[in-house]
Formats: sequence, C-alpha cells, structure tokens
Amino acid sequence: MFRFIVRRLLQMVLTFFGATFVVYALMFAYVDDPLQALVGDRPVTDSQRAALNARYHLDEGFFAQYWHYIKGLLTGDFGQSLTGRSIGDMLSQAWPVTIRLALLSIVIAAVVAIGAGVLSGIRRGGVFDTVTLVLTLIVLAMPIVVLAPLAQLVFGIQLGWFPPTAGRNAGLYELLLPALVLGSLVIATELRVTRTSVAENLRADYVRTAKAKGLAPRRVIGVHVLRNSLIPVITLIGVDIGVLMSGAIVTEGVFNIPGVGFNLFRGIRTEDGPLVVGFVSVLVIVFLVINLIVDLLYAALDPRIRYE
Amino acid sequence: MNQEILLDVRDLHVEFRTRDGVARAVNGVNLRLHPGETLAVLGESGCGKSVTAQAIMGILDTPPAHITGGQVLYRGVDLLQLPERERRKVRANRIAMIFQDALSALNPVYTVGFQLAELFRVHRGTSRGEAKRRAVELLDQVRIPDARRRVNDYPHQFSGGMRQRVMIAMALALDPEVLIADEPTTALDVTVQAQIMNLLADLQRQRTMGLMLITHDMGVVADVADRIAVMYAGRVVEEAPVYDIYGRPAHAYTKALLESIPRLDHKGRQLNVIQGLPPALTDVPRGCSFHPRCAYAREICRHEEPPVYQIAPQRIASCHFVREVLGV
Repeated sequence: MFRFIVRRLLQMVLTFFGATFVVYALMFAYVDDPLQALVGDRPVTDSQRAALNARYHLDEGFFAQYWHYIKGLLTGDFGQSLTGRSIGDMLSQAWPVTIRLALLSIVIAAVVAIGAGVLSGIRRGGVFDTVTLVLTLIVLAMPIVVLAPLAQLVFGIQLGWFPPTAGRNAGLYELLLPALVLGSLVIATELRVTRTSVAENLRADYVRTAKAKGLAPRRVIGVHVLRNSLIPVITLIGVDIGVLMSGAIVTEGVFNIPGVGFNLFRGIRTEDGPLVVGFVSVLVIVFLVINLIVDLLYAALDPRIRYE
Repeated sequence: MNQEILLDVRDLHVEFRTRDGVARAVNGVNLRLHPGETLAVLGESGCGKSVTAQAIMGILDTPPAHITGGQVLYRGVDLLQLPERERRKVRANRIAMIFQDALSALNPVYTVGFQLAELFRVHRGTSRGEAKRRAVELLDQVRIPDARRRVNDYPHQFSGGMRQRVMIAMALALDPEVLIADEPTTALDVTVQAQIMNLLADLQRQRTMGLMLITHDMGVVADVADRIAVMYAGRVVEEAPVYDIYGRPAHAYTKALLESIPRLDHKGRQLNVIQGLPPALTDVPRGCSFHPRCAYAREICRHEEPPVYQIAPQRIASCHFVREVLGV
C-alpha cells in the first residue's frame, strides 16, 4: 500500500509537468503579441517594448520561459495576470467558492443517483424504474450550456425559488441551483451504473447464501448487495470530478459565481496566458489528488484489490 | 434408524414462468428425511434437484419460480404456509444449506469472520466480540488451521477446499437439524472432495443431523448415503437404500446411470452412455418422461405415466417394467 502511494505520487509529478507544459505551450502559441494584449489599443514604443521584454523574459526562448515559470510555480509564485493582479491571490479567493459548489453537487448527485439507482435496480421494469429512465434520458440529452441558463430563467427568475446568481460569499442555499445544474451532468450516468450494478449483484450467488442465512431483505440489500454494487460507482464518481470541473466553467459563468471556472473562462476570453496556466496547473493537481483518493477508496471497498 | 420424520416433502410442484413458456421443474416430488440420516438426491443437471432444495429453503426467486402445489413439512409444520418472518427463523436455525461454488457463494467484500458472526448477531443478538469468538470456534470445528488469524481473511484468500469448509461452518453455525448440501464437492478436486465428504459425515454423526446430499456423482453417493432418491425430469423415479440400488436397480434410468460409470474391469470396452439428452422442462414427454432414451421402452411408456410401485418396505420405483429391470 505504502509503495503504491509513493509510486502514484511520483507518477503525479510527471503528469503535473506534462500537463502544465502542454497548457503553457498552447497559450504560448496562441498569443502572438502578449505586450500588445497587455497594453491594449495604445501603441508601444521600442524602449517600452525592450523593457517589458526583459521583465517578462519574452526575448528568451520558449523553454527558458517555461523554466522561469516553473521556477516561480515551485516557490509558490504564480506570477501576475495581464491585468496586474497576483494570480496567487486570485486562486485563494476563487477556490473556496468552487470547492463549496463542487462538494455540494457531488453530494447531491451521489445521494440521488445511488438512492434512485438502488430502488430502480431492485424493481427493474417497475413504474419508478421507467420514470427515472425517461428523466435520466432527458437530463443526458441536455447540454449544460442549455440547461444552466434555462434553470436560471425558470427557477431563478420566473418562479423565484432560488436566487438567480450567487456572489463571492454565497451560502449553501444560493449555491443550490447551480449545484443542481452542475450535478445533472453526472447524475444520469451514476444512476444508470448504480442500477445495473445492483441488478447484477442481486443475481449473484452470495445473495442466495445471504437469503439462506435467514437475513431480512433489508439486510441482504443494505449490507451485502450495496457494498458490492458501489465499487464501480465510486470509480465513476472519481472520473466525474473531471467532468464537474469543466462543467463548472459554464455554470459559474452563467450564475456569476467568482470561482475557478469563472476566472478560467475570463482568462481564456481575454487571452490572459499566465492566468490560464496558473489556474490549470492547480486544477491538474487537485484532479490528480482526488483520483488517488478514489483509487485508495476503491481498495477499501473491494478487498480483492491490493496495491503492491 | 430413527423413525421420527424431520423433513417431509409431499407432492411438491414448482414451475418457472418465463417468456419462452412455462418450465415445469418439479412435478410432484416426495421426499422424507430422518434425524441422523443421509439422503442422496441424485440426477442429471436440470432434473429439478436444486430447485427442490431451494423450494425447501424458500429461496427461489419468485418470479420467475412459483410453487404451485404440495407441502414442505418440517416436524409437521408446513413451511410453505408460514409467513415470511417465521420462515426466516427456520433458515439457518433449523434448516441450513451449502452451495456448490463456495467462491461465488461467499460475499467477496466481507471477511469470513464477518459472514459467520453475522448469523449470531442477527439470529441470536450476540455481541460483536462474542460472535467473533464463536466464528473462530466454528472455523476450528471444520478444521481450518490457524482459525484465530484466518477469521480476518477474505474468501479469495482461501483455497477451494478451505472455502467449502467455511461454507460448512456457516451452515452449521446455529446447529440446524437439517443440512441440505447442493453439490458440495463438485467444484473441488478429487482428494479434497474426499476430505470434505468425510468432514460432513463426521459433523453429521456428532449432531445426529439429517443430511440431504444433492449430487450427480454416483461415486460420492455410494460411500456416504443411507438412502438414494433418483430424480428425472422433476420427479423421483426410484428411491431405495443405497446397497439395494447399487446391487439391483429397479428403474431403467437408474440402471442406465449405473452402467455409464467407467469401471476398471471393463477396460478397453465401449462405455455405456445414456443416449440423448434430458428433456427440456418446457416440453416434458408424455407418458414416462424417460421413454425416449430408455432401452426398455414400449408402446405403453409413450402414453401412460407409470405408477409408483412399492417394491419392498423401503423401496419405490416408478417404471412400467420394474420386474423386468430387476430381473425377476
């Protein structure tokens, strides 16, 4: 187990450098004249250009620039965005909001998906199963760029059940609608996987043994079937965290939540290279750590899996 | 033999209602089991022996399975009439069952200790610590070495034979009076088979438990069974004490089964096999269901279901040509 964790951490280091390198290279290729982008429409004199070039190492080659960037990154210095703000500060303001939003939608999605998935897995072909099948198909077919503004319009503005936007210090209630929208991205697949997994496990031989032991159906399902059924679902939830991150870009944009996705969205639109690379680098780390946790959780659920 | 009757299955009928039609898996089975006795239920796959066992346990999946008639009397009480709550108390407490493939029959994600202790905790309300202690004791009784340590292992960490011992420990945990063993040794290799059968026989003797041994292996049966019930197409076609059946089978099917066992003194000769396949249960032949494969079959077998003949105090056979098969 210990060796597995060490090996995974080493792999994470490699993945981290690879991912930041790719993002850095993409931004480098995308912005043709960063100084012009920095000053806007005004003309730039040659002496200004020379000074700024030296300051941002723009006169050096691509690899040298990447080296300077990584050096800063490893010492906790994310540099400045093109608007002159410290990216470190922006990150520390954006992450708490996004973490709250993401946790809320993961929990909502998992609870609803597992609850409804178990019920429809037990009574396949029943009314509940059929209704959830139709609902999940609708949710699956709806892209988030449609769903987010639609939900905002219907539930936030017309019905007035939820606040239509959420600010920096948004509470749980304000984040509920965006979290539901975000969660809808993953809830359908999680529900279907739970349902199939429960249905499959109900036919397993060990369920017959559990019945022969005189256990009540509640215990057969709650103790014996559930834990076996959750193994694939947990893996899926881990993968889904990546989906939630990309979904957060749209959701935070629509609901005006100043989180990671919101900043990233703005950074991409304004061609703010340092900002995008900084935010993506942290996203990569978070994603890697979460997946490591999911893998460890997987081993805890299924004793047949041992990491050597 | 003790003449008290533990388990009395009367005219049991089970059918499976599927999209492809109704499969009549069990068509009027009668079986009796006495304390301390081993009754072997013998037959090919699909003859209804496992379904009969699961009907006795009440663990058939309904749907598709439906018990359409008969009684399962345990000490005179019809289990089929009991409410589910009462029925659950019978399982494992009074009548327990072990299955063929212990790897899939044990839950892969819980330790064997948990799965054993669960019985005490659910049925007896025993405390965690005490239940765990009893689990170790049970593993010890089924002769698993180093039980104290192994109780914390998962099923996949045991060998096939050891896993079947765990299954047996689980079935015997609450001291049942009846043990149904559904092909307990089929998944094991021959040397381990003998060990498991000996263990079962020992434990049965200690407890004067009734053992219903379901198998298709005539070799396993010969050593341990007191009586044999031969099943074909959902019916018991012959029932007799073990020596009688091996010496002088009374049903054409039993005789054919015995002749299909390879024997060393017949080396080099063609092995007798029973021609054809067991009938599809959705389409059981009229008359005697064995007639299409039977060497004795005549006109009457195609039309008339053979009656059950009592040919000796403890022997019955259901064949039109009992006398001819017996050779009298």
